[in-house]
Amino acid sequence: MTDIKTGPANPSRRTAIKTLAGAGAAAASLPLWARYTHAQTAEPIRIGFQMHATGIGSAYGRWYDRTTQAAARLINEAGGINGRPVEIITEDDGTDPKRGAEVVEKFANQHKCDIAYGTLFSHVVIGSAPRAGELKLPYFVVSEGHHVASGMLNRWTVQPGITDVKSQVKSMAPFVAENLGKKVTMIFPDYAFGHDHRDFFSEAIAEQGGEVIAKLAIPPSETSFTKYFAKIPRETEVIYHVMVGPAVLTFVKEMGEFFGPSRPQIFGFIDSLEAVDLASPGLEFLEGTYFWEGMPRYAQPDQTEFDKHYREAIGIDENGASVNDPKDVSTYAHMFGCWETLYVIKAGMEAAGYAGPQDRQKLIEAVEAMTEWPESNEHPQGPKLFNGKTHQVFGPQYISVVENSRLKVVQTAAMETGFYPDEVDYTTQSF
Amino acid sequence: MSARVFALHGGLIAVLLALHFLLPVYHHGNFARVMVLACYAIGYNVLFGYTGLLSLGHAMFFAAGMYGMGLPLHYLGIGAELAFLAGLASAALLALVVGLLALRTVGVAFMIVTLMFSEAVYLTILLAGRWTRGDEGLVLARPERVFLGLDLSNPDIRYLVALGLFALCLVGTLWLVRQPSGRVLIAIRENEERAQLLGYDIFRHKLAAVVISGTISGAAGAAYGLMFGYVGASFAEVQYSIFPLLWVLLGGAGTIIGPFFGVLFMFYLIDLSSGLTSAYMLIAGVALVLLTLFAPQGLAGELRRRWVRWLP
Repeated sequence: MTDIKTGPANPSRRTAIKTLAGAGAAAASLPLWARYTHAQTAEPIRIGFQMHATGIGSAYGRWYDRTTQAAARLINEAGGINGRPVEIITEDDGTDPKRGAEVVEKFANQHKCDIAYGTLFSHVVIGSAPRAGELKLPYFVVSEGHHVASGMLNRWTVQPGITDVKSQVKSMAPFVAENLGKKVTMIFPDYAFGHDHRDFFSEAIAEQGGEVIAKLAIPPSETSFTKYFAKIPRETEVIYHVMVGPAVLTFVKEMGEFFGPSRPQIFGFIDSLEAVDLASPGLEFLEGTYFWEGMPRYAQPDQTEFDKHYREAIGIDENGASVNDPKDVSTYAHMFGCWETLYVIKAGMEAAGYAGPQDRQKLIEAVEAMTEWPESNEHPQGPKLFNGKTHQVFGPQYISVVENSRLKVVQTAAMETGFYPDEVDYTTQSF
Repeated sequence: MSARVFALHGGLIAVLLALHFLLPVYHHGNFARVMVLACYAIGYNVLFGYTGLLSLGHAMFFAAGMYGMGLPLHYLGIGAELAFLAGLASAALLALVVGLLALRTVGVAFMIVTLMFSEAVYLTILLAGRWTRGDEGLVLARPERVFLGLDLSNPDIRYLVALGLFALCLVGTLWLVRQPSGRVLIAIRENEERAQLLGYDIFRHKLAAVVISGTISGAAGAAYGLMFGYVGASFAEVQYSIFPLLWVLLGGAGTIIGPFFGVLFMFYLIDLSSGLTSAYMLIAGVALVLLTLFAPQGLAGELRRRWVRWLP
């Protein structure tokens, strides 16, 4: 279990050749790169930031970058990690799993990064994680996918900065059942993200005595939605929607035209409208509807000093937009995950006495040993509980209503409402 | 096979073997990837470069190989060897069915029909999300990726296996295009009516080309999944049908070594330019336009036109 060799190529060349000469397997010998030596301790800690700069995730990528740069700046101003400055090495993965895996290799083998970090889209995480595992490179993802906690990845992949979709959905069910209605029709994109919502929410609402009476899967290439609205059963009390992508504006507009003034209650995930101004034409119909938010986009009357500090550091106004451009709306419900993950990395490296790539295993073990982080400047979204076995963090969730094209928090779901039984114990896996 | 043809292609394989010992770790990994993708390009080249049929849907064959291998391996645990064969069989069967239907059309219609079939395969993968996990895809665990006793997660073994597959595809297509039936494919490309007048069964030859091309592409897809541990729907998306076309055009359509250089050139063009600017696709685009303007037959094609007339 502790048969660990840190770094991409540990044996010295001489040992490798000696072993291979004995085995007579010259063809599989270690090439020149086996001479790789580890980074010097005086050098910066190099964090490879896998950024969705282009492709479908680019709006998120832009804000993940700003958050990352702001947190890294603050960490450096406060003395860095273990007395060493932090350097963020950014590579675009094009929001593509193939390029994602290549970028992870680039971090490990060319940039000589200490860790890789920051991936959001699930397919990129899942495509990259096997390579991170093989390269024995700690891989801190900020994805909200259930892939980490489901056990499909590996011991080197951790999600300590953002809750996963299963706990998010689970913690929404009590609010929906108690306040909006028990007969729910779900409208979701017909791919993995939508299927996760469908499966997790169906289970969670049943536990609350409600039921999903219709599940409307929308094909990914769909551009018009009216024909699906006709399939919504008349007895529906709540519509639950998680549409994502550029078609969301059409979706909302057509939903408004279909229902007119007499609509059922509507609950959605803000993922649909991240980086979208709620005052955009066509979104008027959302007035009075409810949303899950990972972190409240609009500064609330009871705003914490931590949220204030966080907004100021990144340059975000009280409406969740850039202070330089009010039309440049952030992905506020997700990007805190970057900030919090970087502070977990810092705490983990400090706990592990991290000095270089030879301590990568110690870093993972140190993070696995962590349990709680209080709400603070480092964790502005709220207090966190980390499950070292499943490599997944848990935290509070926010439910907001749209009022005057702004989101107002109406309930905070405690983190306990999102708990579910462990599905994996990574600590039993070898490195 | 003439000595110089043998020397050129054998030399390329020998150089790639030598590079295994010389390349720095990052490029060592890249070359393994490039060689597998070059197999995909070689498969595409059989149909496009040698038979003159432009498909816009080859991602479906790459994905058929990948999923044909990955699903039985993941769910049935049949072992990497059988799974690889299942991947090949899936791609071959799909190519046969698509070929039988799409070859009823020609030219632009053929392009559109292959594009549509490929889109249907992509959507099928998404709709079968219960097994394929849709766009997220599946991870193949390391113990599943042991092929004939070789652990494909080991970078050295991965490189050498990629080289073996690449050598097989390279030599196989070299042999094919020098066979009488391979010559008929070239004849079809040059003048289909004339080949028909000479008494050749055009449809059968074209169908064979689709099946061979699809199977080689499927082999690349299956190998890619096994080597890098991930099976995902993005590999069935339309850009993965465009890539082999670009690689082959860049490297030189209708040349045996061209596809490899096309993949290599494109890989490093993106990798290096992304280090310079975030607008790296612009650099890549301009480079492609320039190459198309000044070397319309691709790198190896230009080589053949100017200096190496015997290049197969």
